[in-house]
Amino acid sequence: MTASIDIKNVTKQFGSLTVLDELSLSIPANEFVVFLGPSGCGKSTLLRMIAGLESVDSGEILINGERIDNQPPGQRGVAMVFQSYALYPHMTVRDNMAFGLKNISVERSVIEARIAEAARMLEIGHLLDRKPGQLSGGQRQRVAIGRAVVKEPKAFLFDEPLSNLDAALRTRTRIELAQLHQRLKSTMIFVTHDQIEAMTLADRIVVMNNRKIEQIGAPMEIYNRPATRFVAGFVGAPAMNFLPVKVSSNSGYVTAESGAGLRIATAISAEGLASGEFELGLRSEHVRITQPSGDAAEGVVDVLERLGERTLVYVRLGDGQQIVGSDSGDSRVRVGDRVGLTFEGNKAHLFDASGRAWHGQEAGHG
Amino acid sequence: MADPVNGNARRAKSVDIYAPQWRNFLFVAPYLTIFATLLVFPLFWGIWLSFHKADTFSSGRFIGFDNYVRLFRDGIFLQSIWNTFYFVFLTVPALALIGLFLALCLNRRTRSAAVLRTLFFSSSVLSVTIVTLVWRIVFIPDIGLLSMVFGVFGAKAPAFLSDPDLAMIGIAIATVWWCIGLPMMLFLSALQQIPQDIYEAAALDNANRWQTLWSITLPSIKRTFVLVIIIQIVLQFQLFGQSWLMTRGGPNNVTKPIVLYIYDTAFRRWDLGLGAAASEILFLLILIAAMAQYFVTRRKADA
Repeated sequence: MTASIDIKNVTKQFGSLTVLDELSLSIPANEFVVFLGPSGCGKSTLLRMIAGLESVDSGEILINGERIDNQPPGQRGVAMVFQSYALYPHMTVRDNMAFGLKNISVERSVIEARIAEAARMLEIGHLLDRKPGQLSGGQRQRVAIGRAVVKEPKAFLFDEPLSNLDAALRTRTRIELAQLHQRLKSTMIFVTHDQIEAMTLADRIVVMNNRKIEQIGAPMEIYNRPATRFVAGFVGAPAMNFLPVKVSSNSGYVTAESGAGLRIATAISAEGLASGEFELGLRSEHVRITQPSGDAAEGVVDVLERLGERTLVYVRLGDGQQIVGSDSGDSRVRVGDRVGLTFEGNKAHLFDASGRAWHGQEAGHG
Repeated sequence: MADPVNGNARRAKSVDIYAPQWRNFLFVAPYLTIFATLLVFPLFWGIWLSFHKADTFSSGRFIGFDNYVRLFRDGIFLQSIWNTFYFVFLTVPALALIGLFLALCLNRRTRSAAVLRTLFFSSSVLSVTIVTLVWRIVFIPDIGLLSMVFGVFGAKAPAFLSDPDLAMIGIAIATVWWCIGLPMMLFLSALQQIPQDIYEAAALDNANRWQTLWSITLPSIKRTFVLVIIIQIVLQFQLFGQSWLMTRGGPNNVTKPIVLYIYDTAFRRWDLGLGAAASEILFLLILIAAMAQYFVTRRKADA
């Protein structure tokens, strides 16, 4: 079973504090959507409003076109996996999974069959008669997912379900969740503050910040064409480099000049660009480390981060500005060295004072 | 095991912060003194006394188990054991169930709930004298509160203080009213420790109010329920003040509990040996309940 979800002009307030402001979003059936944002941006609140655990102050939530924000949680046909798993501690794994089905008087044989199928799929068959206290974190996680799967819901809601797992298990579970989505072909909404989870799992990412949606798009679209300076800075590790620049037009395209005299020619059309303060954004993979050239594009290495397949080089420029560039994995650069920088200006983004972004033609194509 | 890097010498020097040190004894000495003189010594003296024919003027002569034999031939003592069990049977389930009910009703963050919690707990701080005074005023024939209420409907109030069938029930009612605060508080603290998210999961699992109560709330406080039962058994076995002040153990000894029997025997008839023997029987009964509590609380969460 699967369903589309529509959120229309939803507002949520806790006392005088507005958490979500006139928010609208359409999720087609079968889509894996990730709500991504920093703590306190309202992403979990939005998920809990879809689940029915938080009331909606104004606006509507519809599942398959049917308004559900006035229905109790159980009747909305959604299943949720909690960050803390929220398994019933006194029930066996089997009873945990059966509870929701017993409550709506599903036939015993049907319950048994669904539990057996979910247990096979999640490889928890040998745990069915244990209690949650006897399981490891990863096993509890699977049971929590199993409890959602047996309900055959119209949509799955995941509230930061991987954040209590260790790094290795998190990666594995991430892949299994992607496989689960392919197999079940169900609508899934996943809340996280981890951009790698968002990038790897999502069909579409909804980036949220400060009560509203910053951008909705496919992972690579978010990465390559961030709609705002917030999205540009939040998505991607290490964070995008930002340089305050003055802009000028050079045969129709913007050339940016920083305070230290760096000149970077971009692929951004100069047409329609407002005047005022601008920031240039460039990801570390578009800043290459070279031999010192003697011009403005050089600096001293502050910090090195060797990631294996590449090396992140934190370079302090002449005017004190720090820029993160990348070099090959076996880079010979050492801290304190003087290095040159080559900018791939055609991959650069420009942000005005309000945070709005301009991109070159190239930026959309990796 | 030989340590290749000269580690043995280093290990010898390192400080074991958990090594026993005699000066630590000083910290427990004050309590230990009180514990030994006021608890351990009287306990063994009582056992010693129960094997002697003793009164206040002499510690008497050794008579073996004679005091215990006399006890179990004494109809009044056997009656007082029966009375005590009957009282425990009347009060403990009522305290547990009413306490649980109040806790379930008052487990919310409203101001009225806070006021009611304080109100229900406030009776616990009263002394037994006040409590029995209050309930004598309620129960007293002809002019008591109960008589007046029944009088309005033209009926005669049950004689809770003088009817042999009702006297113990009257004492039980006063006791439940007096003691309800502790079970309620224990249940409240247990209820507040149930994580909120399993209620949210239950809401998404379509559980209605009753299913949530039966399948989530009650199993989560099962251990507290057992604890309350045992604590109350231990407490109510020691019934004395209410009986003494409301009925003097009457009518015809039907409200005479073991402690009152001990008091009568030891301090009114001055048969200290017999009183001591009766005390040991009570001690044994309470010990069984206390052991049960020990094993229940020691068993870690079977969740």
